[in-house]
Amino acid sequence: MLNRLPKAQQYVYGILFVILVSAICYLVSDFIEYKIVALILLFAVSVMAMFFDIFPVILIAILSALIWDFFFIPPKFTFYITQPADILMFLMYFIIAMVNGVLNYKTRQWEKIARKREEQRTTLALYNTLLNSLSHELKTPISTIIGATDNLKTDKTKLLESDKDALITEISKAALRLNGHVENLLNMSRLESGVIKPFRDWCDINELAYNVKNQLKEYASKHTIKIDIKENLPLFKIDAGLISQSIYNLVYNALIYTPYNSVIVMDAFYKDKNLVISVQDNGNGFPKNEKEKVFEKFYRLKNSKTGGTGLGLSIVEGFIKAHHGTISLENIKNGGAKFTIAIPSEKSDVNNLKNE
Amino acid sequence: MSRQEILVIDDEAQIRKLLEITLRNNGYKVIEASTANEGLVLAASHPPDLILLDIGLPDENGQSVLKKLREWYQKPIIILSVQNDEENIINALDNDASDYLTKPFRTGELLARIRAFIRNSDVLEEKSNRTIGNLFIDFKTRTVKKNNELIKLTATEYTLLSLLIKNEGRVLTHQYILNQVWGPNQADQSQSLRVFIAQLRKKVENDHNNPELIITESRVGYRFVSST
Repeated sequence: MLNRLPKAQQYVYGILFVILVSAICYLVSDFIEYKIVALILLFAVSVMAMFFDIFPVILIAILSALIWDFFFIPPKFTFYITQPADILMFLMYFIIAMVNGVLNYKTRQWEKIARKREEQRTTLALYNTLLNSLSHELKTPISTIIGATDNLKTDKTKLLESDKDALITEISKAALRLNGHVENLLNMSRLESGVIKPFRDWCDINELAYNVKNQLKEYASKHTIKIDIKENLPLFKIDAGLISQSIYNLVYNALIYTPYNSVIVMDAFYKDKNLVISVQDNGNGFPKNEKEKVFEKFYRLKNSKTGGTGLGLSIVEGFIKAHHGTISLENIKNGGAKFTIAIPSEKSDVNNLKNE
Repeated sequence: MSRQEILVIDDEAQIRKLLEITLRNNGYKVIEASTANEGLVLAASHPPDLILLDIGLPDENGQSVLKKLREWYQKPIIILSVQNDEENIINALDNDASDYLTKPFRTGELLARIRAFIRNSDVLEEKSNRTIGNLFIDFKTRTVKKNNELIKLTATEYTLLSLLIKNEGRVLTHQYILNQVWGPNQADQSQSLRVFIAQLRKKVENDHNNPELIITESRVGYRFVSST
């Protein structure tokens, strides 16, 4: 609908339109009867009632009625009305204006309701997909744990020692996976409820990067993780916990979604009062049409393999925003993706300490 | 020597069971309490050698239980907390908790924490030197050797390293280290602490980027570990 015009503009355009129509009628008033003019103006008012809100329409109706009365009803240039039919016509303006206004208002309400229903339907559909993938992600490790423990309990004598060990390994893996998901969900709900407040303290970014690399050792057997950060990078005042988790998520994502033998490079430097950290890989990059969506909560790439809750990158974005920073994603010319984080931060160059 | 007694105060039966099995099989005697009140009573009637205290008890705030215990109980209290709750952890350490563990914890970690205190209280006191892997420190002559070669340390580096080693296995908060090494009212040396740790790692670690001795406890402090 066109009723998106701001109220002030509705008044201005309405008045201009009535004046324009009246002026044209006035020029040709020698050739048409004044009663025809009333119908033309009435038509103009009805048209505007379809697009404008009720108050502009009433104003336009009053204006048209007065113009018709003053300029067209004989005796011209007076507000004097003699014929009962003209008085009726005069009132018609208001009736038409009101009826149109009310109808219009109702139509718009109906539209609003319809739109809301449609929105609810899409949210519900989305929610169902998310819930399905989330419950899959949570139930898989739980099933593993329950199944494996059942096996260990009932088949104590029959099980091979090597099978027992394998089952125990699976239980342990499943529990860690579950812990990761729960951690993600907790972080997300913390972000949503706004309780995450960065606790900034001096942080050695090199140490942080190597620590992340170390934590991800077991996922990185088929990949190479490189750290390009200069040794003498200043200290920065950031929340080491939140930023470490962010870098972890970015590198973890790269490890999971790039082909074997890919190289993941972490870099960090100081630029324009910001600590800039980048995580770059030489995998396949992101599909162009999905690039914008990757930070959305629960969003997963169309063709991504199972595993993952679609929360990792949203959490990164949340943690960075909590630092008043920004995160961006770009595809690299020769293939691969690069995430760049910029965090406004104090820096400290205390590299040459006195040897007290 | 009789078996060391550990009092576990945790409201979760599953956690108590897990701790009981783990600790019993590693030679400790376990006493269990499921509420703060029960824990306080048991601790008073039969003081254990170490207390594992869950900081999230339903009947009383863990910090207040900790304070009540600390009014008279001198031995180690290790608190159990959840991840991402550093504020609570730092508070507990300020309230004189000896150390902390976050749930879910690995049993290896749990035992290492407990060992650090039991070992420290029996053996480490008054020792004039220590050998940790390929590292040797002599507290009398204030010298440090790595692979039998003398390492040059500045005065501050030495103070920092000896403080960490004397508290081997225990977490030391940033605040505590700053107080001990730079003296009170030097909290703004926080940047220097990061730099000194980095320098120290370059001198004592095999690979300073993958430290195995001086471990960072994110947001809380540092811990010197030797159990490799």
